[in-house]
Amino acid sequence: MPELEKADDAGAEADDAAPEATGPEPIHGHPVTEALGETTVHPPREALADLVRALRDEAWLMCLDVTAVDHLANAGGRVLPEGVTPERFEVVVMLINHRDPARLRIKVQVPEADPTVPTLFEVHPGTEALEREVFDMFGIAFEGHPDLTRILMPEDWDGHPLRKDYAVGRIPVQFKGDPGPR
Amino acid sequence: MTATDPHPTAPTLTAEGSQEMAPRDMAGGVEVLRELGSVLRLSEAEVAAMGDIEGDPDEATTTIMNMGPQHPSTHGVLRLMLELDGETVLRTKPVIGYLHTGMEKTGETLTYLQGPTNVTRMDYAAPLFNELAFSLTTEKLLGVEIPERATWIHMLLCELNRISSHLLFLGTNGMDLGAVSMMIYGWREREETLRVLEHITGLRMNHNFIRPGGVAADLPDGWREKVQALLDTIPDRLDEYEVLLTDQPIYRDRLQGVGVITTEEAIALGATGPILRSTGYAWDLRRSMPYLAYDQVDFDVIVGSYGDCFDRYSIRLAETRESLRIIEQILQQIPDGDYRVQDKKVTPPPRARIDESMEALIHHFKIFTEGFRVPAGEAYAAVESPRGELGMYIVSDGSAKPYRLHVRGPSFVNVQTLPHMMHNGLIADGVAVISSVDPIMGEVDR
Repeated sequence: MPELEKADDAGAEADDAAPEATGPEPIHGHPVTEALGETTVHPPREALADLVRALRDEAWLMCLDVTAVDHLANAGGRVLPEGVTPERFEVVVMLINHRDPARLRIKVQVPEADPTVPTLFEVHPGTEALEREVFDMFGIAFEGHPDLTRILMPEDWDGHPLRKDYAVGRIPVQFKGDPGPR
Repeated sequence: MTATDPHPTAPTLTAEGSQEMAPRDMAGGVEVLRELGSVLRLSEAEVAAMGDIEGDPDEATTTIMNMGPQHPSTHGVLRLMLELDGETVLRTKPVIGYLHTGMEKTGETLTYLQGPTNVTRMDYAAPLFNELAFSLTTEKLLGVEIPERATWIHMLLCELNRISSHLLFLGTNGMDLGAVSMMIYGWREREETLRVLEHITGLRMNHNFIRPGGVAADLPDGWREKVQALLDTIPDRLDEYEVLLTDQPIYRDRLQGVGVITTEEAIALGATGPILRSTGYAWDLRRSMPYLAYDQVDFDVIVGSYGDCFDRYSIRLAETRESLRIIEQILQQIPDGDYRVQDKKVTPPPRARIDESMEALIHHFKIFTEGFRVPAGEAYAAVESPRGELGMYIVSDGSAKPYRLHVRGPSFVNVQTLPHMMHNGLIADGVAVISSVDPIMGEVDR
């Protein structure tokens, strides 16, 4: 289980950093940030599926949302805990706890050179369409996803529309009997 | 796929091959296991362990057929690929995207003041919920607290909208199952509700009325009488629906025991709203994670017991009554005061001030051309829309436009329950199941 070992390593690093930082308690050894009353965990991407599985078995029963952010042009800066290297893409997972109503955000840094993330399909089958949407819009591949195809854009579409280097653009509309440009 | 294509940029207009359902003999062992797995929501290994599930039907007897995107019972442009054995549905795959207009991308080019105009068009049967979710998220980022009256106006509008959305469901659900007269009644009452909304907001749909910081205008003269008139008529009409549909043996036969889903399955699939509640699981954001002033009004969370289409129908009918109950309390408790936040940064100055003050004119101009800046950060806020949890996730980079606007549409996630609920049913039952999920394609495709 190489993935588990990596997760343990990351956990050990976070524990080392814990005494200096007076921030919130780490969750499963992964650093946590809090802002605007929302909690975010920052695991390394290899540990994502294991973390989500462990949280599901605690009380975070449902995965509400999987999405991504392309930080290519973000001038606002990001708040990341120590030891987490910012990368171009962030995959954002939203979990919900029904027992003690709360939401939890999980953020994974995904480098531009290797945009892959392990799938959550085995843990929460309901992420199937959401992961396909992220793949379609950002070109981030989910390893192990049973049917990773475009979901909203046509199959033969070029590019990934929600990336920041993809211009808004427009497609010329052809009207019947249009005399063409003057 | 495209890697082996010698002309990757050549348009192949009708090629949507890999989005479609592959035939059983072409799909090969692993693919069939995966597709069955995605129907049964099991992993490949679990499906393989089950052995020859469903007796592995003979390829010669199964047919793959398209239902939609232009089928009247698919509520817009939902396309389902069905693998049929006779009239029994073995596998289902929703193919969506026909209504995709890139609203999340568009949202990144619009200011926060223009944002509600864009998002209100997503779930077009419940536009005010989209505006509310967007405004709540923006207000969270801004750190502004909206006045109490604005909060109660939000609740009034949303409950009116919930009624109109559920009435639309009741009408179309009747129509899908052949009770065409129900369609006329459902749309008649919906139109009366929309008339009240039109009186308040100026538009029947796509109101753009709830904005960051409050609402666009105060409630107009005579709103109380109009809402009261609605409260007096709708309950009797709902009783008529009970006679027309609930007590009707044919209607019950078509819905009871059809499209059953359990709590575990609904949670695993991320289903929210009436689908989750129909399984007997009392999860309603208005009750469990109260927003606005829902903790100050009295209402019941309606749950079902069997998780079938009939439960989902009854839940929506009963929720309409609960919404009427909430509106009655709003009429009594709504406070006086400002209808939008008096924060000069967010709110444009009133029209009268513009005539007398140069600063107000400049300020007005700036807010509508440049917009207001929102502090950098990220926020997620969710509301209980008629279809489930509608969440908006906004990342701000400190400018006047969202850096990233993501919408967690309940219909988009709920559509994933279709393959499961239609499995091993008849095509005619499939129509009932699609109707009971009540997907709004504008929100599925965004």
